[in-house]
Amino acid sequence: MKNTISERIFDFLKNYPPFNLISNATLLEVSQKVEIQYFEKDQIIFSQNDNPHEHFYIIYQGSVRLYRFVENEKHILDICDEGDLFGLRPLIMNENYVMGASANEETILYGIPIVLFHDIILNYPKVSQFLIASFATNTRDPFSEKHKGKLFANVSAIQKIDNSFAEIQSANYNRKPITCSSDTSIQTACIIMTKNIINSIIIIENDIPIGIITDKDIRTKIGTGLYKITSNVNEIMTSPVVTFPQNISVAEAQIMILKHKVSHLCITKDGTNKTALVGILTQQDLILTQGNNPSLLIKEIKNAKDTETLKHIRTKASELTKGYLEQEIPIYFVTKVISEINTAITKKAIRLSVSEIGKEPPVKFSWLALGSQGRKEQLLMTDQDNALVFENVTPAEYNGVKNYFMELAEKVTEKLNMVGFDYCPANIMASNPKWCISLEEWEQQFEEWITDPIAEKILLSIIFFDFELVSGDETLYNKMAESVFKTIEKNLIFLSFLGKITLDNPPPLGFFKQFLVEQDGENKDSFDIKSRAIRPLVDAARILSLHHNLKINNTIERYEKLMEAEPQNRDLFESCANAFKILLQFRTSQGLANNDNGKFVDINSLNKADRLKLKSCFKPIKNVQEAIKLRFKTSQIPQI
Amino acid sequence: MISWFKYNNYPIFWKEYSKKCKQKQPKSIENTRFVVFDTETTGLDIADDRILSIGAIGIFKNTIDVADGFEIYIKQNQFKAETVEIHGILKEGKLTKLSEAKAMENFIAYIGNAVLVAHHTAFDIAMINAALKRLNLPKLKNKTIDTGILYKKLEGKKESHFNLDVLCKEFNIPKHDRHTAAGDAFITALLFLKIISKLRKERNLHYSDLFRVSGKEGLL
Repeated sequence: MKNTISERIFDFLKNYPPFNLISNATLLEVSQKVEIQYFEKDQIIFSQNDNPHEHFYIIYQGSVRLYRFVENEKHILDICDEGDLFGLRPLIMNENYVMGASANEETILYGIPIVLFHDIILNYPKVSQFLIASFATNTRDPFSEKHKGKLFANVSAIQKIDNSFAEIQSANYNRKPITCSSDTSIQTACIIMTKNIINSIIIIENDIPIGIITDKDIRTKIGTGLYKITSNVNEIMTSPVVTFPQNISVAEAQIMILKHKVSHLCITKDGTNKTALVGILTQQDLILTQGNNPSLLIKEIKNAKDTETLKHIRTKASELTKGYLEQEIPIYFVTKVISEINTAITKKAIRLSVSEIGKEPPVKFSWLALGSQGRKEQLLMTDQDNALVFENVTPAEYNGVKNYFMELAEKVTEKLNMVGFDYCPANIMASNPKWCISLEEWEQQFEEWITDPIAEKILLSIIFFDFELVSGDETLYNKMAESVFKTIEKNLIFLSFLGKITLDNPPPLGFFKQFLVEQDGENKDSFDIKSRAIRPLVDAARILSLHHNLKINNTIERYEKLMEAEPQNRDLFESCANAFKILLQFRTSQGLANNDNGKFVDINSLNKADRLKLKSCFKPIKNVQEAIKLRFKTSQIPQI
Repeated sequence: MISWFKYNNYPIFWKEYSKKCKQKQPKSIENTRFVVFDTETTGLDIADDRILSIGAIGIFKNTIDVADGFEIYIKQNQFKAETVEIHGILKEGKLTKLSEAKAMENFIAYIGNAVLVAHHTAFDIAMINAALKRLNLPKLKNKTIDTGILYKKLEGKKESHFNLDVLCKEFNIPKHDRHTAAGDAFITALLFLKIISKLRKERNLHYSDLFRVSGKEGLL
């Protein structure tokens, strides 16, 4: 039967996530069950602590204020506008609303029955992912593992939400799987597996896979004495097997493996377990597929004979970044790959330069990457930030040694510039005599920065304290790091100064239409994602790592270590790490799209999902800044 | 006697309907089921013209319930080419069409004892009653509300008389599917909610207020 009204609702919903992720048939079904409500300006939709409604809401017209009373004081948490979702709590957990919602102007809402969504969540991992993100934007600790566990309990498909793979690349699988029949003894099967150096064997009957034995079965069923090795394989095999058609993509394979909690997928003729086996896909295969391209590039770098080749390879790496982002490969993986490539390029540039000089270095030295390169978070071609440290030498030797390294640094930075890393405008480079010094001199430098924290010195320490060894002697690098920690330990007030600077940039509240909603209620229309979102997270991770003497630079790794160091703040740090991943991905894709460094985001160009994604990152920033404020007593520090 | 005799000859759906209409109904806006409906017709002549389609949607507890919707198209013996351009319903379109008898049966079963709401109710009710009469059935028994009249209850609107398009503009209602029965019913439903909400703001609104004709005091 024709249903004009629900068709119109369908037309509206399909423009907005997560409804755009649902099949038309399902969405039409949803559209037929929608409830429509009208609210006057300031009318309450639900109050804080109200019992959950049977619907969650999408704003069709108007806007909605979300607020929360804390100690009788009303705090506006957000203003949602057309297409925004709210009231998701009952969908996630059966608890009363933790915030109130009222109409900000006259408003029409579509109420989406929660009952309908339980199945949808099961069938569409991307929908649950989106709903979690939306929900998280208004909860205290977005993206924390704690919530994730609770969300839509029993849905294994969404457990690994962070690694949402949409890789369209088809997965390479083994087309000659090793098989045996069901009456084979376990011992014989193990001999076949050992001979073929594989960790699984598929049991087939007339070419049709009926079960699988993996190393784990041998461990848990034979090793424990539950079965004898003379038993037949069909007694211990896992049956039925998880099957998939031949054109499996990496993304699908990942999802299947996560969903079924298996390590092997049987590829069959038509994808069911009723047709012939044509291959086997293991978790290992997936890892190889992903690692394939970068390892090739690294090899090429190693074989490169000149700077031109390096430049060419770096361009290919940019393409790789682009591809990865399009395929929604986890950002952590992407940064690792790109950092490895950048490191390899720098190493090669140093080697080429040494041979150009025609003289090996007179003493041991380390080439250090600073800033984002030092943190291994550089995805786009940005400026070079580097420095050099050489062994302590006698005053008599000093000039000769320094001259050698200055010449080397000159050549290396020149090569890096040719490859595509622009010279640092602030001249923070090893070719600057100030930053090409001996270990002793570095130690003095650090001490000066730490004991006399004036603004410009703090800014330098922010750049330099994220140094990372790229090439050369590890002991020198370690000694430098130790001197930083030791000096800070003696001058803990330095962390308070660092904290003060770190807090200079509070995150915005969220977005409302084309504007940023600032804490003080003001609006702005362009967003400096680097200073307002990424840097605060980087800064926070740095100061907390310095506090714990953690010798790591990468922001994600820092948060991961902090999770271990402070289990009581696990959720906070995890949400920071996740927010950071999202922001970095965002900045990189914006940068690639606009061919710039991705620093500024034009809010008008963002779609609903992007805005939500960005917004969800602001909460952790705010929370971690609060933590720093308290811990380092930054309020006692005078304006720097 | 005659009426009893007649009643006994009525089809079951009508008897069910009559029974429902006799039930005591809650006298509160919150707990009343409203059915907002619209008809598209071949013209404005109640005797000669025919209903082409009926669209309707239910409102309960101040909420439009899309699941409680109704949309039918009726087979035509008569056909007026000149109105096609308004309603867009062709004599032999792709839509599934019901006979007038079946359409009335479905509509009666759907509305039950709900309060019927339409913009300029009189015409739509008259068209339905004419169709019922052709089936030898009595008139509709439901209470009715005209959004056009309801609008006049708002402060300062007593003398106003507006068509749906003008009211859509005033109340900021998007005019999707205007001139389809279901589309107009939906628009009218939004209009109904908005007017009620405004009336509530102006005064302590009671269920009975919805039915009292505005400006009566002035006339008497």
